[in-house]
Amino acid sequence: MTFLTPEESGHVSSLWGKVDVEKVGGEALGRLLVVYPWTQRFFESFGDLSSPSAIMGNPKVKAHGKKVLSAFSEGLHHLDDLKGTFAQLSELHCDKLHVDPQNFTLLGNVLVIVLAEHFGAAFNPSVHAAFQKVVAGVANALAHKYH
Amino acid sequence: MSLTKTERAIIVSMWGKISTQADAIGTETLERLFLSHPQTKTYFPHFDLHAGSAQLRAHGSKVVAAVGDAVKSIDNIAGALARLSELHAYILRVDPVNFKLLSHCLLVTVAARFPADFTAEAHAAWDKFLSIVSSVLTEKYR
Repeated sequence: MTFLTPEESGHVSSLWGKVDVEKVGGEALGRLLVVYPWTQRFFESFGDLSSPSAIMGNPKVKAHGKKVLSAFSEGLHHLDDLKGTFAQLSELHCDKLHVDPQNFTLLGNVLVIVLAEHFGAAFNPSVHAAFQKVVAGVANALAHKYH
Repeated sequence: MSLTKTERAIIVSMWGKISTQADAIGTETLERLFLSHPQTKTYFPHFDLHAGSAQLRAHGSKVVAAVGDAVKSIDNIAGALARLSELHAYILRVDPVNFKLLSHCLLVTVAARFPADFTAEAHAAWDKFLSIVSSVLTEKYR
């Protein structure tokens, strides 16, 4: 069984083609840290995270957001084998980074909100639903190797 | 968890804009909920849930109106939603996980319609506010 229907696949590729991965990545990670401040626990070395504007403007946050979203973007080319694609990153997040998988769900939902903000009406309920499936799949794949 | 003065001000001020599109926002929120999280439809076997359905529109309006009530009594959300809290605990018994899903879909709808207003700070305030509303509605569950 394929992960997305052809229609959903179409929605995802067509929208993602217009995404500025650097900008959206920085925005999504920044919002994660603002909206769910406990997630800052993973980024003590990032410098000034003292206010929403400090966080959103922080160059380390932006750079890391770009890194994260680039990996996510890569996953979009392998939607039928997310577990394989993210196997190594999954081990890394478990063994080295010690990140609770709940954070993948939080970030996925923040990303969906950032996409809604950027694309407005074009991020209609059908496109939105397709992306919820994608972020859930990626979160699941990233948690898959946890032990 | 309680709202700071700044957070309250953000919510009240944004509500002014949001309420001008209340019904459409309610309908859209539910559409997003049922498409993204189909399991939520299990609470509405008695409804016609197709896009454009009168029942969907009526229910969406109801939900947004209740959020509005909470905004209008933002210093006493538990008081404003006491009746709804009992309704959810004793009659509707919607599993608590679904309040997060509905809240998320409302945020997506608001972000899509008011991108300029939905800054990171506003996003945080709204997420917190809806989390408090959800807590109030599940307070009497057990």
